[in-house]
Amino acid sequence: METLYYLIQNTLPVAVPLLLVALGGMFSERSGVINIALEGIMLFGAYFGCLFVYFVQGTHMNAQLILILAMLVSAVTGLIYSLLLSFAAINMKADQTIAGTALNMLIPAGVLLFSKMFFNSDGVTTNVPFYLRKVGRLSEIPILGKLFFQNTYITVYIGLILYIIATIFLYKTKFGLRLRACGEHPHAADSVGINVYKMRYLGVSISGILGGIGGFFYAVGVMDGNTNGHTGVAGFGFLAIAVMIFGQWQPFKIMLAALLFAFLRTLAYSVPLIPFISQLNINQTFYKMLPYIVTMIVLAFTSKHSRAPKAAGVPYDKSQR
Amino acid sequence: MQFDIKKITNSKGFSAFTSAFLAIILGLIFGFIVMLFASPADSLPGFQTLLFGGLSRLGDVIYYATPILMTGLAVGFAFKMGLFNIGASGQYTMGMFFALYVGFMWKLPSSIHWIACILAGLLGGMIWGFIPGFFKALFNVNEVITSIMFNYIGMYLVDMLISNNAKMYISTMARTAYLPQSVQIPSLGIRNSSANISFIFAILIAILLYTILQKTTFGYELKATGYNKDAALYAGMNSKRNIILTMIIGGGLAGLGGAFYILAPSTITGSSMTYEPINVIAAAGFTGIAVALLGNSNPIGIIFSALFISYIQRGGTLTSLHGYKPEIIDVVIAVIIYFSAFAIIMNTAFVRLLKRRKEKKNADSTDEEDNVDESRLIKDQALDREQTEEQPPDDVLTVDSTSENIKEEA
Repeated sequence: METLYYLIQNTLPVAVPLLLVALGGMFSERSGVINIALEGIMLFGAYFGCLFVYFVQGTHMNAQLILILAMLVSAVTGLIYSLLLSFAAINMKADQTIAGTALNMLIPAGVLLFSKMFFNSDGVTTNVPFYLRKVGRLSEIPILGKLFFQNTYITVYIGLILYIIATIFLYKTKFGLRLRACGEHPHAADSVGINVYKMRYLGVSISGILGGIGGFFYAVGVMDGNTNGHTGVAGFGFLAIAVMIFGQWQPFKIMLAALLFAFLRTLAYSVPLIPFISQLNINQTFYKMLPYIVTMIVLAFTSKHSRAPKAAGVPYDKSQR
Repeated sequence: MQFDIKKITNSKGFSAFTSAFLAIILGLIFGFIVMLFASPADSLPGFQTLLFGGLSRLGDVIYYATPILMTGLAVGFAFKMGLFNIGASGQYTMGMFFALYVGFMWKLPSSIHWIACILAGLLGGMIWGFIPGFFKALFNVNEVITSIMFNYIGMYLVDMLISNNAKMYISTMARTAYLPQSVQIPSLGIRNSSANISFIFAILIAILLYTILQKTTFGYELKATGYNKDAALYAGMNSKRNIILTMIIGGGLAGLGGAFYILAPSTITGSSMTYEPINVIAAAGFTGIAVALLGNSNPIGIIFSALFISYIQRGGTLTSLHGYKPEIIDVVIAVIIYFSAFAIIMNTAFVRLLKRRKEKKNADSTDEEDNVDESRLIKDQALDREQTEEQPPDDVLTVDSTSENIKEEA
């Protein structure tokens, strides 16, 4: 039972960045732009979030307040960086995959360059204790308290709130409906007076915000408040895209998929702690490959009947029919 | 004269060249701005080193161009079919591992041992290219996602296999052992550099690919599928087989790149290139994307773009003399890719601008004697009319050039 508690407690902080970034990818694709630059956006947001933490960590500010302010910083930087993708994909009608790949390559190199020149290291290291051993009274609830309110990060709750907001925004608001229309049939949307370019900018910008926040939450929940240019976000941006496809571009399914992947990853990294699995004596590197292999198998089964937004990846051209 | 210029500016090769050129210029300008921002005092000499530093290391330029020429071909070849082979890194790493494995574990006569290693690298890359192709063809899984996943899987797998093999791995040094002399590819004989004859192989392979694309049915089907997948299917081309075949070839090319890199002779006798299993994805695969885009996916263009990227990388490494870090060049390359993604649009805008300026000049020379104000008015009106009229002819031109392409292939 203790093992199960441990696994769940460690799964949630890993699942949250995956969930947020996958939701970001969903908004972008539902508006009609394939956002493969999520990996770069994540690292960009994470880097600036950590930089903010680095500069305020001397002051006597509350750790959780710092986290929330840094989250806002990473959201804004993620948004700004995503504008580069919007510009290329929407205004310049560029190949979205290539522009996204370029944006992914730019950030690790840029992070390494500036960290090496200004900090003489590969990234930013911070030492603010974001970790929550117990969340007030809630941690005393039997079972549930131990599962969700002990040994965790505040990011888990913020992530849940953002998930609810994102779902409502997508399904219950005027903008959500218009956004979805632009990803399915932009010409029809245009014919009823919706500005397709604007909606696509909106979609990519939301993915920039969520990507930046997700990146910072990765730095907090997985990397202990550090970022570096070498490992970056370890493919989480790409995993999030896989999560999004596995989740069939729907928020609820995306959440389930994110939980599954996060659980597998946590399992992979805690093999020595689980007697049953560590007795099998399989090389630990194999477990590190496991999330990627499972992604592949899952995609093989789900891609055939893919429910991808029809216009995703196609630049909108008014004069086309 | 005017007619000639039009003919040149409208040709496909010229447009590819100018768009690559524009992307490079913009990338370099951005790099300069970054350098200016990072350390203003050193920026001018630093930028000079970046531009011309490669001249002093021509041997190294050739040596480092070889692997990225191969990964560039791997990406570019798949591009021709409309596939985005972002997995060249994994295929490259696999090729490297297979070459190393045969180099260390097999006993072969020294005259053919290095050739066997190269072929093993080819095989390794082919296997790693086959998988995304297979998933794409049979299960309709997006090849971008698959190949990214297999970059990670391949990297972890190779690191695991190497660090568990006592014969290949020296754990105290955290790298592979030195390869025996018999496994290293013969040097080109340039002093103080690892440039070797694999560069010549790479060029020959590029020419071979060019021939395949231009002269064979397979190449034709490949390009047709790239232009219009549905039309190709309708015309009876077996797209599933072609997808798998393209990815196998692409993977094999990247694998060869890995083998060429790791089997290169060292400048210090008794040593060799080594591999460090440090859980980092090989950069050569991503540089290959830049190479392919700059070369417009044309095998011959890729030869030159690989040489250029390698040249500027050498310059970038040398900027450390001025306090910069070699990562500056990765920034420049990323910006180049970003701009080359929409360089074609910029390019048409650029050509239009040139044309307009020329027309303006012509108009100026004929209207010289007229009253200034009046002539400006008329000119403006004329220009307006030209602008509105210019759109359709441009479109017609692009249609023409595509139909020309089809004629070429037919």
